[in-house]
Amino acid sequence: MKLQEFHARELLSAAGLPVPRGRVASTPAEVRAAAAELFAVSASQVVVKAQVLVGGRGKAGGVKLAATAQEAEAAGSAILGMSIKGITVRRVLVAPGPDIAREYYLGAILDRAAQRILLMGSAEGGVEIEEVARQKPEAIVRLHAHPHLGLLDYQARSMALSLGLGGPHLRAAVAIAKGLVRVMVENDADLVEVNPLAVVRETGPGGLVTERLACLDAKITLDDSALPRHPELEARRDLDEEDPADAEARAQGINFIHLDGAIGCLVNGAGLAMTTMDLVKRAGGEPANFLDIGGGAKADKVAAAMRLILADPKVMAILVNIFGGITRGDEVAHGLVEARAVQSREVPRVVRIVGTNAAEAAAILRAAAFETASSLEEAAERAVAAVRRAQMASATGSPEATEARP
Amino acid sequence: MSILVGRDTRLLVQGITGREGEFHARQMQAYGTRIVAGTSPGKGGMRALDGTVPVFDTVAQAARETGANTSVIYVPASGAPDAIFEAVDAGIATVFCITEGIPALDMLKVMPVVHDAGARLVGPNCPGATSPGRAKVGIIPASVHREGRVGVVSRSGTLTYEVVQALTDAGIGQSTCVGIGGDPIVGSSHLDILRLFAEDPETEAIVLIGEIGGSAEEEAAAWAVEHLRGVPTAAFVAGRTAPEGKRMGHAGAIISGGTGTAAAKIAALEAAGIRVAETPGQVAALLIEQGVRPS
Repeated sequence: MKLQEFHARELLSAAGLPVPRGRVASTPAEVRAAAAELFAVSASQVVVKAQVLVGGRGKAGGVKLAATAQEAEAAGSAILGMSIKGITVRRVLVAPGPDIAREYYLGAILDRAAQRILLMGSAEGGVEIEEVARQKPEAIVRLHAHPHLGLLDYQARSMALSLGLGGPHLRAAVAIAKGLVRVMVENDADLVEVNPLAVVRETGPGGLVTERLACLDAKITLDDSALPRHPELEARRDLDEEDPADAEARAQGINFIHLDGAIGCLVNGAGLAMTTMDLVKRAGGEPANFLDIGGGAKADKVAAAMRLILADPKVMAILVNIFGGITRGDEVAHGLVEARAVQSREVPRVVRIVGTNAAEAAAILRAAAFETASSLEEAAERAVAAVRRAQMASATGSPEATEARP
Repeated sequence: MSILVGRDTRLLVQGITGREGEFHARQMQAYGTRIVAGTSPGKGGMRALDGTVPVFDTVAQAARETGANTSVIYVPASGAPDAIFEAVDAGIATVFCITEGIPALDMLKVMPVVHDAGARLVGPNCPGATSPGRAKVGIIPASVHREGRVGVVSRSGTLTYEVVQALTDAGIGQSTCVGIGGDPIVGSSHLDILRLFAEDPETEAIVLIGEIGGSAEEEAAAWAVEHLRGVPTAAFVAGRTAPEGKRMGHAGAIISGGTGTAAAKIAALEAAGIRVAETPGQVAALLIEQGVRPS
């Protein structure tokens, strides 16, 4: 689960990292009030940032600087309500717009191959680390934290010094590096990233300019498997930004990812579900979703999965692919029959059930006049053919394929 | 021979009185696997599976009294890391963890302890392993198998059944089929299992089933170039159509920052001289083309 920037900043701040204090606003008037407050406590400019979970907000115009509260309000008006990669901006963060001297990258991720936490740092801050990795891999410093010991002091010093953050910045840089790893461990995150980590200039009383380190942006992704033991983090899930289908799938214990095609897929097992999508594509179609009903699914779960698939108006055919192991084929077949009795619309479907209780499933499907297939390749081809027929029918004005049931 | 599980397997089932544990223990026993003990804290002294298997409170007791050398874990995610610690601390050499949903950082802490004990962990979030005709440990349905000489290693469950069933239907039997699990941090990698197959005199060909996420397939391919020369090998990689940045059901199946794509894995495998099938059904044909004879 991805956290919104302002939530990520809260976690870093709570761990003692230097994060400039910002405020979340959901109307232009709130933006103005928040900005006025920041200007009152010495900010010379403020930044208004769209709070969305998709990347590329800057390029999309979702981040603006403002020199007055009035300008901030205008920036808020422009950003609130705008659409970034299909997501409507509902909230912005208003934060001090610091005077940046230098930018760095610092991030902790799970290193699968090494089975360690990997801390990465770069003096090429402010750009995506993937881009740095491609263009200038030698500019990234990498360190592994031991799973039982965490990041040791000397490692944190070594990271800071490698980035050129010695001298007056060393102590703060060490605290930030160790803090990142601690935030990752304490919150069960997959990724904790500060980009940019910046040296910012501050002008104190009497015009004295000082420099200090500050975390100007934060990205945190949490391990979904660990969320049950972090109810306080689960509560930060952004339901506004989530597809309602995703929320329903989660409630039902179904793994569901919405895609753009016309063939809905209902499969047991993640690897087989991906394979089913791949074979749909290979047969010339496009999958409408990834859907894994998990192991041992009963009829009601199958029916819920069918509802999720049919809720997508782009779906013109459904491919059911079940390899029974723990899951019983007859249970799935019953679920399909139940779902059809209450479904909102009729679409062609091709069912392939093999493995445990496949014979019983076949009898149920035959009695209910479902179209069946024996191999996955055949099932994929038939589903693609069904979509083509439906497309032809709608092109010639025949209501056959998409007629609503009474 | 075979790898990991066989006639000398003396199996301990951790969580034998739970719903999953009991159900699968029966299936394993019916297959002919020698189940010597079960554990269930607080239920020591009971007998499970119609009185055929003694239940102990701790793994240490079970190992001491029954000589168990392998364990399989069916306890919920919140208790599974502890179950792994307990098993390796009691000297169990091979531990299969079927449990899904263990936090990745818990597994990071588990792994050094497993290594220090000199134990082997398979999983978590895996279907286990079956050596057809000898023993099965885990949840793979018995019906998909046939005895033979092809070793299968996979990150998936049902996709493995699909491929193995197709091999069986084509008359190609298996020495051992191993599911290593779909999590980002697993005890045994594709490469670890390939090493075992390479040393097993009864494994004459290999099938590697991969999926998006991580770099385990690439690491296996790099090793295979030198060590599997002349061994008929075929692969299948799921997720050619998976979008970037989405977790595809398995916690470890995610393309991030452009890495872990099916295309990259297929390219690495092909560069290592491994034939990659476009469908599960083609795997058998690729082996036959390399001289594997159906029976």
